[in-house]
Amino acid sequence: MVVDAPTPSEAGDFETQDLLINVGPQHPSTHGVFRMVLEIDGEVVKDLVPYIGYLHRGAEKLCENFDFRQGIGYMDRTEYLAAHNAELSYVMAVEALAEIEVPERAQWIRMILCELNRISSHFMFLGAFGVDVGVFGTPFIYAWREREAVIDLFEEISGDRMMYAYFRPGGLAWEVPVNFEERVREVLASSRQGVKDFDGLLTENEIFIARTKNVGVISAEDAIEIGMSGPSLRASGVPLDLRKTEPYMYYDQLEFEPITAEGGDVFDRYLVRLKEISQSIDLIEQCLERLEAGPIMAEKMPRMLRLPEGEAYMRTEAPRGEYGIYMVSKGGNKPHRVKVRSACLSNLQALKQMSVGQYVADAIIILGSIDIVLSEVDR
Amino acid sequence: MSTEIFGIEDVNVWVDGLIRVLLIVGFMTVVVMGLIYGERKILARFQQRLGPTRTGPIGLLQSVADALKLVGKEDLRPRNADPWTFELAPYLVFIPVFLGFVIVPFVLDWQIRILELGLLYFVAVSGVNIVGWIMAGWGSDNRYAMIGGMRAAAQGISYELPLVLSLLAVAMVVEVPAPVIDGAASVASDSEYVRGSLNLNEIVAAQHEVPNLVWQPLVMIVFIIAALAELNRTPFDIPVGESEVVGGPFVEYSGIRWSMFFLAEYAALLIMALVFAAVFLGGWAWPFGIWMDDAPPRWAQALAVAAKAGAFIFLVFWIRASVPRLRIDQLMSFSWKVLLPLMLVQVLVNGLVLVYDWPLIILTVVGLAGVVALAAIVDRAVRHPRPRPAVAAQLQGEAAS
Repeated sequence: MVVDAPTPSEAGDFETQDLLINVGPQHPSTHGVFRMVLEIDGEVVKDLVPYIGYLHRGAEKLCENFDFRQGIGYMDRTEYLAAHNAELSYVMAVEALAEIEVPERAQWIRMILCELNRISSHFMFLGAFGVDVGVFGTPFIYAWREREAVIDLFEEISGDRMMYAYFRPGGLAWEVPVNFEERVREVLASSRQGVKDFDGLLTENEIFIARTKNVGVISAEDAIEIGMSGPSLRASGVPLDLRKTEPYMYYDQLEFEPITAEGGDVFDRYLVRLKEISQSIDLIEQCLERLEAGPIMAEKMPRMLRLPEGEAYMRTEAPRGEYGIYMVSKGGNKPHRVKVRSACLSNLQALKQMSVGQYVADAIIILGSIDIVLSEVDR
Repeated sequence: MSTEIFGIEDVNVWVDGLIRVLLIVGFMTVVVMGLIYGERKILARFQQRLGPTRTGPIGLLQSVADALKLVGKEDLRPRNADPWTFELAPYLVFIPVFLGFVIVPFVLDWQIRILELGLLYFVAVSGVNIVGWIMAGWGSDNRYAMIGGMRAAAQGISYELPLVLSLLAVAMVVEVPAPVIDGAASVASDSEYVRGSLNLNEIVAAQHEVPNLVWQPLVMIVFIIAALAELNRTPFDIPVGESEVVGGPFVEYSGIRWSMFFLAEYAALLIMALVFAAVFLGGWAWPFGIWMDDAPPRWAQALAVAAKAGAFIFLVFWIRASVPRLRIDQLMSFSWKVLLPLMLVQVLVNGLVLVYDWPLIILTVVGLAGVVALAAIVDRAVRHPRPRPAVAAQLQGEAAS
């Protein structure tokens, strides 16, 4: 092909082009298979194009082909770092459609497990974020130690370390082990120590503060407009916590306040999550006080769930924000449509706005601070 | 031409040179393997892990196994890489580091060559490897590598200055015996001592009683910071930042070439530690008045040097396990706006001490004041960060609209 246009040297002036670099999907700090193309001028990000979909498995469509209980397994896999929270939204949607009353004990245990899962998920964030900021492995291992304690407990309860499938429409799959309460308290003690460790390792570290303060700022208005939720939104100063604003289960009986921060920068998103771990520890202790013996499954649950026609949207406060399930039933034993409202997908929309104008190294920690789980984004 | 080695006189210069080169490379390779093992074990302890345990007793052979694996790997070159630049880059990183060992005083009189301008030689050769980094970054035809190479160049040049100034500050005021020329003491004929030497052996000998860290606290801290940056260690591992540029200039290297970079990195760490021990901690001298009157035996000297260099290396590993990485702009402004002015002031004070022959205790006072100033500056910069430059805000506005 013959090109008639003059080459830059013939035209007499060179055009300076910005450098495009491709980050991901195999980059070590894109937290899975996220991909973004950065347009950089020196070290400053001028434009950012995110690409998602590398982990699309069609989980929503698959759910249409399985009965209501089988769908739980797919929900686990959408949000593998907080599978209990994902299951919770799903079973609550089914329960709302079928109008099932869940026994009290099952609700309390669900709350305990969801809060524990929030702890493990936030620790996972802290560890991965520490590595993004550039500490060689130490916060990762610290976080892993605490997460391991929680996950061991989950394994004792449900038999699985990540994909629990322990919540069922109507209650729980089976009773928790007899030493449940003391094991939970053990885990809480270890998590409390873990929070202290992170305070010492990162929160007061001068380099950490210098790296994260005033980086990736997003205002409350912008955050709301984008549809952010969870800790990423609360870090901008919006006290939206579904556990408080529209309480489900028995959250209205517990005493707590949504944790917010003012700045809306990376440091605040980190700090909100760190504080939420302490808050969850506190909430679990309140739950344990109110936990009483009783049935763990609604009475007369049919072997095959057949739901009446209707639709339901149930949302809960998952570790990453609002995790909602919109379910349409047209009768029969399968849902007609299941739609997952993913907090990560909405939060990810803010990435470009936060990253443009910052340095390349900032773009990495901004992505880390949103705390995405790609299997939830892509489903 | 003949020279003397190991007490044997009349050795051919070429044979002598060959023996010395083999000694450096052999000694270094073994020590570096030990360092790699040590780093893995120490970091593992910081992180509640065990580190290597399986290869050999308590994992001691892990580095050997790694080296064998690396040698056995295929030497890959990307299709679009610039062949000469790509393949020569490891040598340009590797050789200057080993050249630096020529002047390192391991033990009294045990070193490759005693150079009068030893420190100058050291800073000269340790600056060369930046060329290799840029070549590796450019030649790989990889954008991560290129960004990493550019970062390495910016960082290397920025921190060379504080490093050189800190060594200069020490060399200016160190007290050495007055040189005897033609039977008569030359410059300061009325005094036994003159100030100022670039000979590492003399610098060490001058610290027989009090190590330089007492006189030069600020200089020592600046040296440690600049050395960390020169070595590309945390928190200045920006050129190779795993989470940003995925290994920087080395991203396309494999096998033996990659291991040469790796070897050079640890060799540079070791030489920096030895120079630190010699310049600031008094080299082979024992502290607290042990062996004060006569030179300690060779084994004790070696032990002292190893302990002092080991302390520096342990500090580097410790820092690696506990602090995050700085950002490139913070790194640059820290060097140019904080370290360099501080060191210029220090050099000025040292010059005054040198000219007017003031007592060295003045330096301690000034140095401690400088340390306080450094801490205050860092604290202020962290607690009251400046707003982002206008260009960032403008770009953000464009993106939002």
